[in-house]
Amino acid sequence: MNDDILNAIETRLGLSRRSFMQFCAAMAATMGLPKGADAAIANAIASSTRPPVIWLHFQECTGCTESMLRAEHPALDKLILEIISLDYHETLFAGAGHQAEAARKASMAANKGKYVLVVEGAIPMKDGGIYCKVGGHTALDLVKECAADAAAVIAIGSCAAWGGMPSSAPNPTGAVGVDEIIKDKPVVNIPGCPPSPYNFLSTVVHYLTFGKLPELDGKGRPKFAYGRIIHENCERRPHFDAGRFAQEFGDEGHRLGYCLYKLGCKGPETFANCPSILFNDIGSGSWPVGTGHPCIGCSEKGIGFTKPIHSLAEPVYITPPESYARIVEEQGQGITLASGATMAVIGGLAVGAGAKFAANLGKKKPEDSSIGKE
Amino acid sequence: MAFSRRNFLKGAAAGSAAAACAAATTTPAEARENLTMPPKAVGLLYDSTICVGCKACVVACRDANDTHPEFSTEEKLWDNPLDISGKTITVIKMYSEGTGQHKDQEKDGFAFMKRSCLHCVDPSCVSVCPVTAMTKDPVTGIVSHEPADCIGCRYCIVACPFAVPQFEFDKAFPKLLKCQLCKHRQAEGKIPACAEVCPTGATLFGPVTALKEEADRRLAVPAGKPNTFARKTVGSPDVHEHPNAAYVQHAYGTTEMGGTQMLLLSGVPFEKMGYPKLRERSYASEAETIQEGIYHDLIAPVALFAGLLYVARKNTKNHDEEE
Repeated sequence: MNDDILNAIETRLGLSRRSFMQFCAAMAATMGLPKGADAAIANAIASSTRPPVIWLHFQECTGCTESMLRAEHPALDKLILEIISLDYHETLFAGAGHQAEAARKASMAANKGKYVLVVEGAIPMKDGGIYCKVGGHTALDLVKECAADAAAVIAIGSCAAWGGMPSSAPNPTGAVGVDEIIKDKPVVNIPGCPPSPYNFLSTVVHYLTFGKLPELDGKGRPKFAYGRIIHENCERRPHFDAGRFAQEFGDEGHRLGYCLYKLGCKGPETFANCPSILFNDIGSGSWPVGTGHPCIGCSEKGIGFTKPIHSLAEPVYITPPESYARIVEEQGQGITLASGATMAVIGGLAVGAGAKFAANLGKKKPEDSSIGKE
Repeated sequence: MAFSRRNFLKGAAAGSAAAACAAATTTPAEARENLTMPPKAVGLLYDSTICVGCKACVVACRDANDTHPEFSTEEKLWDNPLDISGKTITVIKMYSEGTGQHKDQEKDGFAFMKRSCLHCVDPSCVSVCPVTAMTKDPVTGIVSHEPADCIGCRYCIVACPFAVPQFEFDKAFPKLLKCQLCKHRQAEGKIPACAEVCPTGATLFGPVTALKEEADRRLAVPAGKPNTFARKTVGSPDVHEHPNAAYVQHAYGTTEMGGTQMLLLSGVPFEKMGYPKLRERSYASEAETIQEGIYHDLIAPVALFAGLLYVARKNTKNHDEEE
């Protein structure tokens, strides 16, 4: 990467080159990319081809956007706006009304097949989708219209990923996730309520750098972020393995930071990287379990907003330590008849030889004495 | 010695006749039946299928009974007892077969099982104790022992069909160690520590009749159907939902050795989980029947000694004659 490009970055993003490289390295680390990937990311961002992004809001609380805005890496707000060309976003738009809708249509027409569609919020299906409308169009129509020519579709937050809170029983509006509607192209799900902003940013940067979406799991989630279960990486896991649990809120075990499983922690059945990358860049403990509240499984369909918060989790993997006591412990074999007999024979021979030797100790050899005399 | 072959054979014949006579005159005492469940018997229900193997019970038991961690690995990092011992009252053990992937499955599966005193209705340990240091509470049925009375003969260790009583073999003044169902905690109105802390309710405390009903209820629900499971005490409002497992259709402890006050449920056959098939008649009832039979009205001992006396007298007479 030459100085000219970095200088251009400095002017374009208003970032020192040090801050910029730090950001690129952080992105690479979040995705678990090998050494050198940060340079590739830096090159991709430095190039002026910013993908246009259309960001739609449906049945949601805007928490995902708020989470994005609070990403604390240096000047990230600038990077969001400068890495990507955010052509339509209802929360961040200066314009409103027909002006905003016109901007969306214009961008979609100009960047046909090139723009990234980000959906935040669930889509109501009941009664023709009349329960959520923007600019007179139902969410259902909008998502179909915008996804038709999108290069990639990203569903941010649990609502867009699988229905989230609006889809909780009795689900009065028939809320569903994006991948229930868009079937003809892959939808990247970034569930969470809200998800870590870096899971979203890393997905976008991956797309920018490598020209394709990151590897996804069976539920359309990037494996780098949702490949591991919370329980396996939780800082309180040693307490679980040692059988130490908070029995109730505020008891001694709770204050000592014991495992929150008994209080209903959904870590054992929720896939997310929360314990690894935490939230808000303020250091250790900055995630729900770190603060002493059990994980509610917000990112997991069928768990978050479905199971009661303090009901017991169903561990997906039960992985006791290797040294766990077995029903029948492998033990050394006792003495067998054959080996006993062999040892008795050897022992007998040794005793016999020893006795013979001891008996001969005091005797002089007759041959020697005869030689001595001569 | 002046003792002819003829006289020896005669004496032997007379002796065996006396013994046979003694056996014939013994009217068999009425066989002692299994003891029955005390009226307010309490116990535990351990359900292997909802146990996640966290060992919270093992840790809580240590705190409640003041035992110390037991190490079984070289590094001595973790409390890791391999079985109940002179240092450990309860332990959770793991069954693993083949790939060991599926919970509560016999093939290629794994499961957990609790080891601790089952509190027999008719305990062998109490029956064999020569100094009545081992006792069964007539009301709660808790099998406990009085260290001050114990003479350390370890008959109870040999007699127990479940190898439960353990001895501090490594101590100069050893004591016996076994689960006493936290009777000191119960005296304070608390429940046994293992049931108190169990996060899933796999170890449940309560009256044995209620525990038996609960076990039957679980066995009746088809596998895979959602079922509710209480925590701490049977019938407590603190319940959680969990799909019912494919149980072995038997609650271990309902019949074994005349019944136990701790009941076990499992998805893997009990023989594989370290709990052997045992008959319904308790060892204690049979052993006591034989013992009492032999000494019934002292007929057998009197007859035997009479026979022996006759042989001895006869031999002495012959001896005198030869002299």
